[in-house]
Amino acid sequence: MMHFLEMGGYGAFVWPAYGVTVLGLGGAGLLTLRAYFRAKTMFAKLGDRNPE
Amino acid sequence: MLSLLALVLRDARLATRAGGGAFLALAFFGAATTLVPLGVGANPRLLSSVAAGIIWVCAALATLLSLDRLFQADYEDGSLELLVIGPLPAEAIAFAKILAHWLTTGLPLTLLAPVVALLFDLPANGYGALMGGLAIGTPAVSAIGAVCASLTFSIRRGGLILPLLVMPLLAPLVIFGAGLVQSAVDGQPNGALPLLAAFSLAAVLLSPFAAAAGLRINLNA
Amino acid sequence: MFGLANPKRFMDASAPVVPWIGSLAAILIAIGCYMALAVVPPERLQGDTVRIMYVHVPAAWVSMSAYGVMALASLVALVNRHPLADIAAREAAPLGALFTALALITGSLWGKPTWGTYWVWDARLTSFLLLLFLYLGYIALWNAIEDEVRAARAAAVLAIVGAVNLPIIVFSVEWWNTLHQGESILRRGGPSIAPVFLWPLFIMAAGYTLLFVTLWILRIRTAIFTRALRIRLSAGAAS
Repeated sequence: MMHFLEMGGYGAFVWPAYGVTVLGLGGAGLLTLRAYFRAKTMFAKLGDRNPE
Repeated sequence: MLSLLALVLRDARLATRAGGGAFLALAFFGAATTLVPLGVGANPRLLSSVAAGIIWVCAALATLLSLDRLFQADYEDGSLELLVIGPLPAEAIAFAKILAHWLTTGLPLTLLAPVVALLFDLPANGYGALMGGLAIGTPAVSAIGAVCASLTFSIRRGGLILPLLVMPLLAPLVIFGAGLVQSAVDGQPNGALPLLAAFSLAAVLLSPFAAAAGLRINLNA
Repeated sequence: MFGLANPKRFMDASAPVVPWIGSLAAILIAIGCYMALAVVPPERLQGDTVRIMYVHVPAAWVSMSAYGVMALASLVALVNRHPLADIAAREAAPLGALFTALALITGSLWGKPTWGTYWVWDARLTSFLLLLFLYLGYIALWNAIEDEVRAARAAAVLAIVGAVNLPIIVFSVEWWNTLHQGESILRRGGPSIAPVFLWPLFIMAAGYTLLFVTLWILRIRTAIFTRALRIRLSAGAAS
């Protein structure tokens, strides 16, 4: 377990690399989904009243 | 052909006037290169080793300064639309403006560069490569800059994002240009000259077409 | 219904697909991370830092591919005038910039143990830094031009110009790097080609790619909803 955390002494580099990745990709995913569902509900409520 | 020449001369004359870009580029070039030793220290060996790179970067930046007015000045008073509607095709207009821009910024910079190189103690065998490289490369800076200027001239403060658009595209020029001086100083051929010449030639030949596309896009109100 | 020519087909086609590829992406990335952190042995020369390769290289691949996709969509937009192509190009850019930033940060962390500094102007990192500026310039141009049609076409030209220049830029940076390489920098071309190292890399690469596609499609759908909503509301206000 300790070796897993320490990563042979390189833990200070490996874990931040994965951390920034999770934050970046996860954050992008969350923001994208939030914007998407927001736009979708707005459109469903307000946009579709007079279909072409 | 005659109208192309006329356009070149007109633009050149406008640029060399008081409000034009020609003097501005030279002044910036001098000022920027003067700041460098103030920032990095006056160690002659250090300055000598960075001379080529500093000169190339500052020359590229100085050329950028007047780029945002390249099309915008004519756009604002309506003369750009008149030019495009006129007998010259948009590609020729772009080429003429690029040529005029180089004649009034790139060329003077090339001529001023040896003076700056002197201040930076560039080794004697580097001067030819410096001037030759700049002479070959600065037309491409004007050309690539013109392409980006053709995309931004209808934006009110379009000049602000122009450096951001142009800079990455100038990387090969700076690399090959400074590399050429390096090879002359070291006495080691490194193949920079054909690379610089090829890139510059391609840029100058292809840019008018891209810039013309930009002109058409931004003029269709 | 959406106020544009063809998005209905795209909307109908993409709706059922997104949950599947999104879930698959998440699973692949999770498996890849587990393998990279727990299964892959420390490499001979790089030790445990080789694990960073599994978040760096896929990010780099996607960042480059995203630009290609963006340029392709831009070409279609200019030639075909398809409004969906405009949106597709525009929505790819922020994602591409994100993956480029991730590649730079992870690359810097990968290099620190070996180089001793957080940044080294090697060919790869420098190229990706320039690529990041290309992305940022593209996004800035979209935001700077008010008229959307004009912005789309100008950005398309910029993307194509950038795409044409990108191989030249990469080549020139590599050339520059060999010119200035004094001491031998540890070439991170990759570890030994043992399968135990490669499989997690492919899994992560696949996961990253699917994640990009998922987010890209979602962003396009969002843009289509937003645009249709704007048209609908302004038409409603006018009537």
